[in-house]
Amino acid sequence: MNSLEQAKKIKIRFGDLVSEPVEFHGDVTLKIADAEKIAEVCRYAKNDLDFDYLVDISSIDNYGDDPRWTVVYHLRGLQRGCELRLKADVSEEKSELPTVTTIWRTADWHEREIYDMMGIRFSGHPDLRRILMWEGYPYFPLRKDFPLAGKPTDLPGVAFTRPAPLEGGPFVTVAGGKDATSREPRIRNPEE
Amino acid sequence: MRTNTEIGYDSKIESDAIVTRVDAALNWFRKNSVWPMPMGLACCGIELMAVGASRFDIARFGSEVMRFSPRQSDCMIVAGTVTYKMASAVKRIWDQMPEPKWCIAMGACASTGGMYRSYAVLQGVDHILPVDVYVSGCPPRPEAVLDALIKLQDKIGKQPVLKNLMAVKALQPEPKVEA
Amino acid sequence: MATVQDIEIRDAAARTAQAAEELRDEQGEKMVLNMGPSHPATHGVLRLVLELDGEVIAKADPDVGYLHRGDEKIAENMTYTQFIPYTDRLDYLAPLANNVAYALAVEKLLGIEKDLPPRCQYIRVMCNELARISSHLLGLGAFAMDLGAVTVFLLTFTEREKIYNLAEAASGARFTTSYTRIGGLMRDIPPTWLDQCRKFCDEFLPALNEFEVLLTRNRIWVDRVKNLAVISKRDAIDYGLSGPNLRGSGIEWDLRKTQPCLCYKDLEFDVPVGSVGDCYDRYLVRMEEMRQSVRILQQCIQKIPGGAENKTKEPVNVASGKIALPPKQKVMTKMEELIHQFMLVTEGVNCPPGEIYFGHENPKGELGFYIYSKGGGTPYRMKIRSPSFVNLSIIPKIFPGCLISDTVAILGSLDFVMGECDR
Repeated sequence: MNSLEQAKKIKIRFGDLVSEPVEFHGDVTLKIADAEKIAEVCRYAKNDLDFDYLVDISSIDNYGDDPRWTVVYHLRGLQRGCELRLKADVSEEKSELPTVTTIWRTADWHEREIYDMMGIRFSGHPDLRRILMWEGYPYFPLRKDFPLAGKPTDLPGVAFTRPAPLEGGPFVTVAGGKDATSREPRIRNPEE
Repeated sequence: MRTNTEIGYDSKIESDAIVTRVDAALNWFRKNSVWPMPMGLACCGIELMAVGASRFDIARFGSEVMRFSPRQSDCMIVAGTVTYKMASAVKRIWDQMPEPKWCIAMGACASTGGMYRSYAVLQGVDHILPVDVYVSGCPPRPEAVLDALIKLQDKIGKQPVLKNLMAVKALQPEPKVEA
Repeated sequence: MATVQDIEIRDAAARTAQAAEELRDEQGEKMVLNMGPSHPATHGVLRLVLELDGEVIAKADPDVGYLHRGDEKIAENMTYTQFIPYTDRLDYLAPLANNVAYALAVEKLLGIEKDLPPRCQYIRVMCNELARISSHLLGLGAFAMDLGAVTVFLLTFTEREKIYNLAEAASGARFTTSYTRIGGLMRDIPPTWLDQCRKFCDEFLPALNEFEVLLTRNRIWVDRVKNLAVISKRDAIDYGLSGPNLRGSGIEWDLRKTQPCLCYKDLEFDVPVGSVGDCYDRYLVRMEEMRQSVRILQQCIQKIPGGAENKTKEPVNVASGKIALPPKQKVMTKMEELIHQFMLVTEGVNCPPGEIYFGHENPKGELGFYIYSKGGGTPYRMKIRSPSFVNLSIIPKIFPGCLISDTVAILGSLDFVMGECDR
C-alpha cells in the first residue's frame, strides 16, 4: 500500500521517535513517542512526502491512564491519494504541544477547538482562544470527568437590554409580563 | 359556533355596515397580519423557510413578510436549538420587539431542548421568554406550524384589549379605580 | 491538574476594537461592525466581527459556536444506532447524505463495507445524490435570495418539495430521515419510488435550465460574483477546503472518484472543476454537480438489482444477525434471532476495538467520522470532521479588501451550514 510505504519512510527517517506503522481496516497509524517533536515529523511529511492536506486533528481523553491526552493528526497527500494518521501522547501536567499552524493553516481552527473542548494548549499558536463555547466559559466540556448535562455557569457577558424607555406618547406597556394579555399597552395617565 | 357573536349583521338593515365591538375589531386587525420574526437557528429554520415558500404559503394567513427586523415584527418564531451562547442574542432581540408581541416555540428543541440534553443547550426557550404556542415535532411539518399560527390567531382574538387599555389607573399609586 | 486561567474575558468585538485603536490609520478611522448572529444573510447563526475602513473590510473574524449542541459528547453516551438521528441534524440540508456517511463509517470499523448487499448500495447512492441535489438547490436559492433574486428561492423550494416527497415515501420523514442503519437501511424502498424518482429527474432538468437562464448569464449576477474572493489552489489545500469549494479552485479531488465507496465505481459521471476559484466558479461547479447527480440517479434507476418492486427479494441489510436486526418472523419464533435482537437493541452493535477515519463526499465537502472504539456498543470518542467548520476558516483570508455587500455573496458561495460547523 502506498500509505504504508510512506509510513515506513517516516520510520526510517525518525527512528525510535516513531513507532512501527500499524494498519487497521485500511488506515495506517504511526505513534510519535515525544509530542514535542510532532512539528518536525509533520514538516517532513509535508515537504518530503507530499502530505499537503491536513484533514483533521482530534483529541482523545484517556481518563485514568497516564498520559491523559492523545492528539491525533490525519494527513493526506492529494497527488497520490494516500492517508496517514499520527498520534502523539501528552501528559496532563504538561497539557501542551507545539502547533502545526505554520505547516498547514487549517490547523488553526482545529487546534482552537481542541483547546476549547479538552484544554490542551498549543505553543506558538497565533490566536488560541475558545471557538465553540463562549469566552470565559470555565470548563472543558469534552473531558471525561465533565458531565454531559453540564455544570452551572454564568451566561456569556453580553449585556441584556432593557426595553427602551418611553419617548412620550400616550400608551404605556407593562414589559416583562408573563403573556401578551398582561403586557397589553395601556393609556397613560394624562397628568404625567 | 360561538354563542356571543362579535358581528351583528342583518343585510336588510345594515346592508353595507357591520356592527362589532372595538375589541373584536382591534383583535381582528392584529391576528390577520401577524408578521413573524423568524429566529431560524437550526433545522427547524429550514422547515420555516418551507412554510414561507410556495407550497405551504404562510402569506395566506397574513404573515406576508418574514421581517428580519425585530422592530417591525409581531411574532417571534423560535425555530431551532437555542444554545446558551445564543440565548443572550435571542433575549436581546425579544426585548427589542415592540408590544404587542407573541412567541411561537417551533420544534422540540425550542420547546424543551429536544433530544439535546447536553451542556450547551438551553432546555427550552421558555426559560428566557414567555411562549404562547409550542409546536412539537422534529422538525414539525409545515402544516403543524400553520396550525400553530391559527391557534395563535385564536388566542389573539380572545384578548380583552380595550379593558386593559382602560385599566391604566390600576397601575397608578392613587387608589381611585374606574373599570 | 493543570489549571488554565482566562483572565481577560473580552469578546472578539472588544478585542478587535481595541486592536483597531492601536493600528495606525492611514485612511481614516476604522469601525468595528458586528454582523449576526441573527442576520438574514448569514445562513444560520454565524457572527462576523468586521473591521471596516469605510465600506471596505480590513479584517474579518468569524465567531462560530452559536449552534454548538455537544454532539461529540452525546455520541460517547449513545450506541451507534442511537446516534443516527443526531447525524441527520449535522448538515440539515442533506440529511440522507449524513446518514449514509455515518453508516459507512461504522461499517468500516466493523469491516463489513464490502459485504453490503448491492441493492442497499444502489439505494444509498441514490439517497446520497438526492441529498446532494437538495443541498445545492437550497444553497443556490439562499445565495440568490441574499443577492436579491428572490424568485430563484421560491423556484428551488418547489423542486426541493419534490425531493422531500421522495424522502418521505422512503423513510417516513420529509427531512431528518434517519434512513440508514448499520449494515443496511431502515426498510426497502416502496414499489412506486423508482418511478417517482424517474419523474423527478425528468422534471428537474428543465427546471435547472430555468435557473440557468435566470442567473448564469445575468449581467447583474455576473457582475456581483465574478472575480470575487478568488481562492488560489495553494490556499485551498492549505486551509483544508473540500467539496465544491476545493473543486472551484481547480483541484480535482472528489472522494467519489478517488476513494470510491458503495457502487460509485460502476457509475459514470464527471466531476466539474473550476478554473479561477472565484464565487462564480463555485456557483457553476454546484450547478453542474446537480446535473451530474441527475445522471447518476438515472443510471441507478436502470441498474438497481431487483428493480422497482424487488421481485427477486434482494436483501437490503447485511445477513449477519449480530449487526442488522433480524426479520421479525424469525425473532418471534427462533431463539438465536431473539437473542440477536435483544443484544442489538440493548447494547448496540458490538464493534471491535480500534480506530478508523472515514471521509465521505457530502454536498458541502468532506464529512469525516473519526471513531475510536474500545470495543462494545458505544464509541469511546467520536470526532466529526465537518466540512463547513473548515470551509469557514478561510474567511479571515478572503474577506479583507471586499465591500460589505460582497460579504453576502462570499458567504453564499461558500455554502456552509452552521449545524454542521458547530455540531
